[in-house]
Amino acid sequence: MTAALAFRDLTLGYDRHPAVHHLNGAVEEGALLAVVGPNGAGKTTLLKGIVGALRPLAGKIELGRVRVRDIGYLPQAAEIDRSFPISVYDLVAMGLWRSAGLTGGIGRADRVRLDQAISAVGLAGFESRAIGTLSVGQMQRALFARLLLQDAQVILLDEPFAALDAKTVSDLLDLVRRWHGERRTVLAVLHDIELVRARFPETLLLAREPVAWGQTLEVLTPENLLSARRMCEVFHDDAAVCEDAA
Amino acid sequence: MLYDALIAPFAEFEFMRRALVGVFALALGGAPVGVFLMLRRMSLTGDAMAHAILPGAALGFLVAGLDLFAMTLGGIVAGVTVAVGAGFIARATQLKEDASLAAFYLVSLALGVTIVSLKGSNVDLLHILFGTVLALDNATLYLLSGIATVTLLVLAVSWRPLVLECVDPLFLRSVSRAGAPVHFAFLTLMVINLVGGFHALGTLLAVGLMMLPAATARFWATDITRMIAIAIGAAILSGIVGLLVSYHAGVPAGPAIILTAGVVYAVSVVLGPVGGLRRRLVPGRHLEA
Repeated sequence: MTAALAFRDLTLGYDRHPAVHHLNGAVEEGALLAVVGPNGAGKTTLLKGIVGALRPLAGKIELGRVRVRDIGYLPQAAEIDRSFPISVYDLVAMGLWRSAGLTGGIGRADRVRLDQAISAVGLAGFESRAIGTLSVGQMQRALFARLLLQDAQVILLDEPFAALDAKTVSDLLDLVRRWHGERRTVLAVLHDIELVRARFPETLLLAREPVAWGQTLEVLTPENLLSARRMCEVFHDDAAVCEDAA
Repeated sequence: MLYDALIAPFAEFEFMRRALVGVFALALGGAPVGVFLMLRRMSLTGDAMAHAILPGAALGFLVAGLDLFAMTLGGIVAGVTVAVGAGFIARATQLKEDASLAAFYLVSLALGVTIVSLKGSNVDLLHILFGTVLALDNATLYLLSGIATVTLLVLAVSWRPLVLECVDPLFLRSVSRAGAPVHFAFLTLMVINLVGGFHALGTLLAVGLMMLPAATARFWATDITRMIAIAIGAAILSGIVGLLVSYHAGVPAGPAIILTAGVVYAVSVVLGPVGGLRRRLVPGRHLEA
């Protein structure tokens, strides 16, 4: 087994304050990993670090066979400007960036894939709708269609099922299972512990410091969850410089 | 009759034809930039930047008089300096970008007026503040057309990252490094279009033919491509009608053009099918699905 991603004493944060502190470990290729933890535990920060939107304060992230550009990344819904005048079709078409790039054309084969992706998430008939008119669930389906088109070997999902109804969650989980079946590496930031127990074989429990990482059932024990919850969220302005570096 | 009202002024007077060409060029370059400014919630940034180019243009005036090249260069240098400077102060200090821009442009405006007054008369000052759309010489027309051409080319090449940066900046950052250079190119486009607008409409009104058509287009389209086409159309229409009004009514051309754009905007606010007042006042009966 080779690692798709490896964290070497990784510390990520803002303004010198760590949000992810001394994380070590590797994500195997083909892993289906849930990242859980309380709000402010550094889950989103970790994903931003992986895609290179945030520079590590210390340590590093090693990518296996993929480059940053080959990672499919689904940011939190709140990061997207829903009022922008763009159609569902064009939003999904952004998933072709890797092949089309700045000025490349979108050919007939691409259009077939586009239509397939839109159908696969159940949005056929919505192509020309402006994204501002979609419901939260429909928007998330559109973003999953974009991920399908990206055809990425490593897929990062940031709270992909927040505020969705059961039907939508189940449809989107089917896509996640399909990716897992295709040996793609999937990291998902999640809050629904039951869902993680049921569907995700591997879990990283993060509370700024990594609390536990391994088989889901061994990680999500009451003791571990309690100690994650105890972790304080506030930064101390007068925190001392961390001497724990490797 | 109709000929006398609409065609004759342009057919008979060369200065009117030149003004028309100038306005076309401004519309083609400025309106798309205005649409992007609006969608990036930077409408007021455009306004602030229009004031910020004044001291640069004024310095050019101080050195070389009413010279096209000197004033253009000064304007572009001042505009880029303020754009970069305000961005830097916003990132390096706790001041937000809007406050830092406001500080820059207020100082710039006062500085510019002072510099012009050092050498020139009130007529020169009016010339710089309100432009000379009815006295565009060949060199200025070339400059305006050149700016429009460059703007459309740059927008065409950077279209995808530009749109993507507005909709989903994190996604753009995850697939491409184009974000920062494209943002800078866009700011440069804004500055050169404002400098172009400044020659025709003056520093105070240059931004008018950029933002009013953009705001107008918002009420007529839900798709950015159509929005830009409508903005360009609205700007051209405002230019033609404004010039005719100014000719027949004997009012200054620059303000007449911007006022026309304002009327087009007001009509759109009321009648526009996309979120206009009409839908609110006369909702109509609801549909089945």
